[in-house]
Amino acid sequence: MAKTTKKLIKKSTGNQLITCGMVAAVYIAVQIMIAAGAMSSLMQGLLVPMCTYSIVAIGLNLCVGYLGELSIGHAGFMCVGAFSGAFCTKLLAGTISNSVLLFVLALLVGTAMAALFGFLVGIPVLRLRGDYLAIVTLAFGEIIKNIINVLYIAKDTDGFHFAISDGNSIRLSEEGVWLINGAKGITKIPHLSSFTAGVILILLFLLVVFNLVHSRSGRAIMAIRDNRIAAESVGINITKFKLMAFTISAAIAGAGGVLYAHNLSTVTATPANFGYNMSIMILVFVVLGGIGSFRGSIIAAVLLTLLPEVLRGLSDYRMLIYSIVLIAVMLFNWAPKCIEFRQKVMARLKKSSGKGEA
Amino acid sequence: MNFLTYLINGISLGSVYAIIALGYTMVYGIAKMLNFAHGDVIMIGCYVVFLVMSGQGLHPVVAVLLSIIICTLLGIAIEKIAYKPLRRATPLAVLITAIGVSYFLQNGALLLFGADTKSFSSVITLPALKLAGGKLTISSTTIVTVLVCIIIMIALTLFIRKTKAGRAMLAVSEDKDAAQLMGVNVNATISLTFAIGSGLAAIAGVLFCSAYPTLTPYTGSMPGIKAFTAAVFGGIGSVPGALIGGILLGIIEILGRAYISSQLSDAIVFAVLIIVLLVKPTGILGKKIHEKV
Amino acid sequence: MALLEVKNLGISFGGLRAVDGFHISIEKGRLYGLIGPNGAGKTTVFNMLTGVYTPDCGVIRLDGTEITGKKTIDINKAGIARTFQNIRLFKDQSVLDNVKIGLHNEMTYSTLTGILRLPRYRKVEADMNEKAMELLKVFHLDEKAEYLSSNLPYGDQRKLEIARALATNPKLLLLDEPAAGMNPNETKELMETIHFVRDTFDMTVLLIEHDMKLVFGICEELTVLNFGQVLAEGSTSSVLNDPQVIKAYLGE
Repeated sequence: MAKTTKKLIKKSTGNQLITCGMVAAVYIAVQIMIAAGAMSSLMQGLLVPMCTYSIVAIGLNLCVGYLGELSIGHAGFMCVGAFSGAFCTKLLAGTISNSVLLFVLALLVGTAMAALFGFLVGIPVLRLRGDYLAIVTLAFGEIIKNIINVLYIAKDTDGFHFAISDGNSIRLSEEGVWLINGAKGITKIPHLSSFTAGVILILLFLLVVFNLVHSRSGRAIMAIRDNRIAAESVGINITKFKLMAFTISAAIAGAGGVLYAHNLSTVTATPANFGYNMSIMILVFVVLGGIGSFRGSIIAAVLLTLLPEVLRGLSDYRMLIYSIVLIAVMLFNWAPKCIEFRQKVMARLKKSSGKGEA
Repeated sequence: MNFLTYLINGISLGSVYAIIALGYTMVYGIAKMLNFAHGDVIMIGCYVVFLVMSGQGLHPVVAVLLSIIICTLLGIAIEKIAYKPLRRATPLAVLITAIGVSYFLQNGALLLFGADTKSFSSVITLPALKLAGGKLTISSTTIVTVLVCIIIMIALTLFIRKTKAGRAMLAVSEDKDAAQLMGVNVNATISLTFAIGSGLAAIAGVLFCSAYPTLTPYTGSMPGIKAFTAAVFGGIGSVPGALIGGILLGIIEILGRAYISSQLSDAIVFAVLIIVLLVKPTGILGKKIHEKV
Repeated sequence: MALLEVKNLGISFGGLRAVDGFHISIEKGRLYGLIGPNGAGKTTVFNMLTGVYTPDCGVIRLDGTEITGKKTIDINKAGIARTFQNIRLFKDQSVLDNVKIGLHNEMTYSTLTGILRLPRYRKVEADMNEKAMELLKVFHLDEKAEYLSSNLPYGDQRKLEIARALATNPKLLLLDEPAAGMNPNETKELMETIHFVRDTFDMTVLLIEHDMKLVFGICEELTVLNFGQVLAEGSTSSVLNDPQVIKAYLGE
């Protein structure tokens, strides 16, 4: 009996090494497969999106798993990152020729802009709780998309031109270029993303979130999630740490957006790219991988991206399967009957292993 | 006269939002959860009407009644299968499940009915009302929508105040455990709430599609979210609040579309939501909730 | 001058006067009890003292500084820590981490230091672990430092809450029914621990308790609350022999 209460907590550092090692191993395996010509071009095309989804899922997991707040507007932060990053690249492509430097700059700008938006959105949103917070993040994601779709920015010898709603009002000289062309988005973005860049970003953000959640600030964030009133009573500044977690989460989603945008030659703020469906898809990765488990998020993102491609017949049912996954995982974890069933199975397993020891 | 037309259109759209908002507000009041799938129940209701009318050629009234019945059953089923087992779970789990159900309905409809846009023919075929010597035309859909909304509001208020089941709903929304101890059948009351909310969703769906006659599997989600905004605006848990919030939001949306930007009308509605939640999170008629320490 | 000085404290909830004209004066190093029948307003007093509720009127002074109406975190920084009647642990975190969260403002490093794992991170974390283990030892919880806090038995959870509160290095410790749900042995052990805490940390303790054995065993002074008002106050023996107090507890 004493054993059941003696549920020890796993040490974190080992965990982190396993996850990073896993990512590195997959990276090496993929490189070998590409070199050996054993990977179809279709699969290769999935590599960067897979990294993107993993990164955004890491960001969202920080928000859902550690801050304990559901955001269904993370596609909005991705969108901010994608557009500001691609905008930066378009602007600097003429002056900077080194593509690595160009991409790093785009990443910095995109991440910073997403962080800024996360911060600005977080100030009002984090005063709300639960359902309200979720719906406002959704609303925010829609607003972002709406605004980008009516935004026109161009540049020519006279400098920058801005317009809202009416792109025709901008008269460009001959050598002028459109930077953001309303609903047509940003076009002719240099292809700067690569699988290598994606994996480096995954490792980087894994390190950031792992170190964060195992630090003083991370404990404060989790304390707020576990018991807000108790956290306040030991002197934790609720607003500050909530905002910090939300901002970092948004920033990571933004970086994912930058990677995503530089993998496409044209990025548009359509529902397919940055809509509600994208937010839900990322949420499915987080939920299926295990809320609070960054490793799980990555595994789920990779597997669920591959699955419909491997089983072509499944692709029509992909979204339907996602929705069933969401419901089933929640019921499995929380329904009294499922909990009872799980405990029964666990008890039986323990019994048999106990016999084995004796 | 333009302004007046916009205003009337706004009230009409707002009436639809108000009816949908009732579903959110009642469920939120009683089950303390945001039923994300509510908007998608509307869409299912519309497909039922569409298929029955165009496929079977039945009378619109029959189609609407059938749609109400199916949506009511759907609402009860959703509650029984997905939400009831999670009554003691964390709010996060319930919310994720609700999103899952919403997504399930959308994608189920996508597979069943296809992604192509169906053009929905209005079930209301009365002549339009012409006022001020023909300068102001009010369509019959508008008139019926507003009338239906008023009738539903009155009927629902009477139901909650005068009947035993209605008072049980009030009791459960105040304190579930206490109501149970007083002999109220909590499970039946929650089921009833979902049933009424979903039945109303069917009506709202028909009215919405009569005014905006395009039907896709995603038709329900936007009006759903906007109606939730209306419910929050008016004060969640309050029946008159849903009416006020719905009408105000409808007017804001139509005027915003007319005078600011048609592309930004959704953004304007959502901005309203954010502002309301910031300035008065409990809405116009909502009650303040104290957390016990 | 008293460590805690409260005058004329009052609050209403929707027309109901929950607490009215409450006053208390606690000298430094005292073990002080706040008792009264259920619903007398004891926890409400705690909630006002810790800034969870804002009082309608009255003055609260801690060590000479006025803290009336301040926010919970500022009151904690000023030196009041508390436990809760319905235990509020960070239940998904380890016993050790619960105490380390209590050390949040005592031992600090920036978020960036944490993310980059700079040398200061390692040093402060080591200090935190040491300090937290020291506190856990006082409550005989050091062996269970790695347990998930929600897996502790009930009595240990109450003790962990006290340890967490102590970690914030308070001047005044408020304990809300620390012995609730404990068996007589555990209660006896708790009494010894509270004495020990007072002596080693030079702590002032105000506690709400129903267990009269515990009240009689450790409280040096008492205030009795009835229907939101102070019914009696003074040394424990004099208060418990007050006919008014006996009447309030046992009825006519």
